[in-house]
Amino acid sequence: MNKFSIKDVNLWYNDFHALKNINMSIPANEITAFIGPSGCGKSTLIKSLNRMNDLVEGCKITGSILLDGQSIHGNIDVNALRKRVGMVFQKPNPFPMSVYDNIAYGPRTHGIRSRSKLNDIVEKSLYDAAIWDELKDRLKKSALSLSGGQQQRLCIARALSVQPDVLLMDEPTSALDPISTAKIEELVLKLKNSYTIVIVTHNMQQAVRISDNTGFFLLGEIVEYGETQQVFSIPKDKRTEDYITGRFG
Amino acid sequence: MRRFDQQLDELNNKLKEMGALVEKSIILASEALIHQDVALAKNVIIFEADVEEKEKDIEALCLKLLMQQQPVAKDLRVISAALKMITDMERIGDQAADISEIVVMMNGAPYVQELIHIPQMAIATVKMVTDSIEAYVKKDLKLAKSIIAYDDVVDDLFDKVKFDLIELIRSDNPNSEQAIDLLMVAKFFERIGDHACNIASWVVYSITGKQAKIN
Repeated sequence: MNKFSIKDVNLWYNDFHALKNINMSIPANEITAFIGPSGCGKSTLIKSLNRMNDLVEGCKITGSILLDGQSIHGNIDVNALRKRVGMVFQKPNPFPMSVYDNIAYGPRTHGIRSRSKLNDIVEKSLYDAAIWDELKDRLKKSALSLSGGQQQRLCIARALSVQPDVLLMDEPTSALDPISTAKIEELVLKLKNSYTIVIVTHNMQQAVRISDNTGFFLLGEIVEYGETQQVFSIPKDKRTEDYITGRFG
Repeated sequence: MRRFDQQLDELNNKLKEMGALVEKSIILASEALIHQDVALAKNVIIFEADVEEKEKDIEALCLKLLMQQQPVAKDLRVISAALKMITDMERIGDQAADISEIVVMMNGAPYVQELIHIPQMAIATVKMVTDSIEAYVKKDLKLAKSIIAYDDVVDDLFDKVKFDLIELIRSDNPNSEQAIDLLMVAKFFERIGDHACNIASWVVYSITGKQAKIN
């Protein structure tokens, strides 16, 4: 079953044509990786999936993006869309408040006031993000005092706290050391049972290790999209082969 | 040229060197058998150590490349195929030495009947090994596939040798021991043909990403 169906999507930043005729489906409960050189459009596409690009001045998009068969550009509440499609960024960006308040922030925004309910959400979110054991005794401490890897898992927990369907991750481990990276990768693999995950990565081995499907982007186009094992063992397009083997250019 | 491409070239050259070594082993083993040349056979047995050393050398290079470069796609296929091919090459070296050991053991005793099919097996397997290495060097898919098909020739020759030797054992009991030695020689050549087929199938894999079918 497909979570997203992307049809004939074109996107411009003013005169710059950033995405060209993108057609692809993103399966539910799988990990889909977007790879490609800087400026190829992969982050633009991932941000289009929860309409983060709406905030960019001069951005125009055509075509359709369906989430569970419904257009995300139709008569839809953007806040509700972003609740369903959460996002984790390259650099961990915890709010300057306690661990507890970071996680409770989203649910509170959506009207949950009950202390016991919030406690349950905080515990479950931190548990699902595989950081509960490390933080259960530090819930009142500032989130800014955590290590980079812990901050990133806290941000994942924060994204999970509003019970999304989809988790978008834009280079979530590029600022982390190998141990923190391994923890995030393990976590992502575990999360795919409950969530659909789309990840942008510059780390080819990471795409091989964790993703089910990989799309290779170049100059705003999707050059190749298929099962990760096929893309990384017998790529169909020479440009994909050249990029993943480091012979691009 | 990128460092990784230089390292892949180095791997290619080492594989060619190992291929040349095993090719030489079976050519010399065949000559020693046909001419009952015990001294030459002893040289082939010593030669086996060089093949094994080359295998270890290439294996170490492959593991280093896997660790350093974390290859994907064609690069991964080339390195994994190389790792598999050297095992087959080393086995060919072993079997050339096994044939030579039998020549040494026979110690120049005259053959009870003229060798006809075994020299043909020797020629056929030398051709298969030579062609499999050439297919690897030239990335020649057609040649690699032709080697796999050619294995039937060696298998047919083995059946003929087996039939002749069974007849010999039935009719000439005092020479049964030599007949069994010659059957083992024929089996070693037949196995060399199989290993050449394996090498060819890894060449096919490194080019296409798909394993060739071997009957």
